Amino acid sequence: MSKAETKRRILGPLIPRLTSLAKKGPSGWMVIIGTIIVLALVIMTAIGPWVTPHDPTKYHGPIRTPPSLQFPMGTNHLGQDMLSRILCGGSLMLQVSALSVLVCFLIGVPIGLFSSYIGGIFDRTMSLVIDAIYAFPGLVIAIAVAAMLGTGVVNMALSIAVVYIPSYFRIVRSQVLSIKELTYIEAARAAGAKWHTILLRYIFPNVIPSIVVVASINFADAVLTAAGLTFIGLGVTIDIPDWGWDLTSGRALIASGAWWVITFPGLMIILLALGFTLIGDGLSELLNPKLQR
Amino acid sequence: MGLRSYIITRILLTIPTLLLLLSMVFIIMRVLPGDPVALHFERRGDPKQMEEMRRILGLDKPLWAQYMDYLWGLVDIGYYLEHGYPNLGKSMQTFEDVGGQIFSAFPATLELAIYSMIIASVIGILLGVISSKSYNSFIDHLIRGSGIVTYAVPVFFLGIIFQLIFGVYLGWLPTGQRISPNISPPATITGLYTIDSLLEGNFPKFFESLRALILPSLTLGIILSGIFVRLTRTNMLETLRLDFVTAARARGLKESTVTYGYALRNAFLPILTMMGLQFAMLLSGAILTETTFSWPGLGRYIYQRISFRDYTAIQGAVVMFGLFVTLVSLVVDILYAYFDPRIRL
Repeated sequence: MSKAETKRRILGPLIPRLTSLAKKGPSGWMVIIGTIIVLALVIMTAIGPWVTPHDPTKYHGPIRTPPSLQFPMGTNHLGQDMLSRILCGGSLMLQVSALSVLVCFLIGVPIGLFSSYIGGIFDRTMSLVIDAIYAFPGLVIAIAVAAMLGTGVVNMALSIAVVYIPSYFRIVRSQVLSIKELTYIEAARAAGAKWHTILLRYIFPNVIPSIVVVASINFADAVLTAAGLTFIGLGVTIDIPDWGWDLTSGRALIASGAWWVITFPGLMIILLALGFTLIGDGLSELLNPKLQR
Repeated sequence: MGLRSYIITRILLTIPTLLLLLSMVFIIMRVLPGDPVALHFERRGDPKQMEEMRRILGLDKPLWAQYMDYLWGLVDIGYYLEHGYPNLGKSMQTFEDVGGQIFSAFPATLELAIYSMIIASVIGILLGVISSKSYNSFIDHLIRGSGIVTYAVPVFFLGIIFQLIFGVYLGWLPTGQRISPNISPPATITGLYTIDSLLEGNFPKFFESLRALILPSLTLGIILSGIFVRLTRTNMLETLRLDFVTAARARGLKESTVTYGYALRNAFLPILTMMGLQFAMLLSGAILTETTFSWPGLGRYIYQRISFRDYTAIQGAVVMFGLFVTLVSLVVDILYAYFDPRIRL
């Protein structure tokens, strides 16, 4: 297979690949629906600031107005238009989760590849450390790190990344351990290939599918953890609309029965997390040889 | 290996894990950039006042000495016997012992965790079995779909919705307490209100505390059940394909006997172990659930301490969570080895 062909097979035109997914039954559909949800939310957030009926940060109507024609999703306790806040409110969450996935990928994957390939004491120590983090309640670690680093998009992303690096390490490690015993690796070694060539060109490409699965689940978890951190008071405190912040501040209003202030941001968070979960779950079943019939 | 030597080895193996975990917490809270005292005063503190606080809390010592103090506080049996809780340092806000505050908040978290676990297991196993029995049918897809959706729901959002529906609109259930403020809590024996009130023989108190538990534990239980459904379903699907199940069917046994008496019985152990492994996730959820329902446990303690920027207290609570998770995984492993002798090999 030529290099160009490989590239085409991996990246491919997106639409034909999606239609071929549809032929693979429910798991394929999960991936398609998840991708559509995520893309729709990303596009909505990107064009949100241009299409909002009101400025999401300014005070317009009377406070806590129920949904009406003027304010289709009502207003919050500050008199801000909820619809406008929903339209733009995803950017923080998308930034934080994308950044945390990137950090996890850049740290977890190289450590996993390297550690499991060289083995020995280094690998055992790394595994012990990673397992200790893995066993810990994720939100508690994120809280501890976020409390010390302080608020901000980057800090929030870092505190979430600390929780999910172990997942990448573990999946990469388990894959490398089984791959490196295969005959073609032995052949490459016998042919005199250098260790970094074997690791990067022969092993790494075979690990990518599993990493994609972990990354999409990681995305969903990062969205939920970001919402959780915001809820517990460690959110990003800058004046831009954010679903997590709206949900948190709306909590104080439930005694007054203002359901619209919490329901819409909550549903948006669910939708975003759901999109990524569908992609992850669908892919993991498509790639799992045990379940293929 | 006999069961006893397995238990001893497993306990000995816990020590390095625990040490690693404690060191990690120390690194995050003390070594990473971010001085707790400066953060507490939001970087606007009077230097003298800050120096004084460092001295009282022992944060003026070199790092290694702080580390030793920190570890010694956890193993100092004498202190434990005197106070009834380990030495986890002093709070930056009240200068009280963090250990005491944490130990009085912990039973509430434990009680919530136990009831949520029961709810999640019942829903999870029931739906998981139904789903696996009707594999690839509409019901199977429906149950799997709802499992995926529950995974994507933030636990505190579900909690708020429940409060809104059952507490505010319908007014059926209490939403923000462990027991009605008009009733004095039962005498502390275990710290779990439902058990303590039963030990007292006080049934009204028992029902009151149970009523308060319904919404929080249902919230957490439902969120957690999504994973349990998936675990049960995959395990049951594998078991139902095995020869002994086919043999049981061939002998003309009723389908329900085959499912519950044969297949589920064999799939039960791996399911239970996997559920034990979800305990860390349960605790993450508990923090948010407690915050939503003003449930006076460890999670809400962390929430309150964050707003006071009380870093020593947060550290203590994090350590407590770590100890708890380690203990639970130890117990789960030992139970597993007891039920399944192959593990001990």
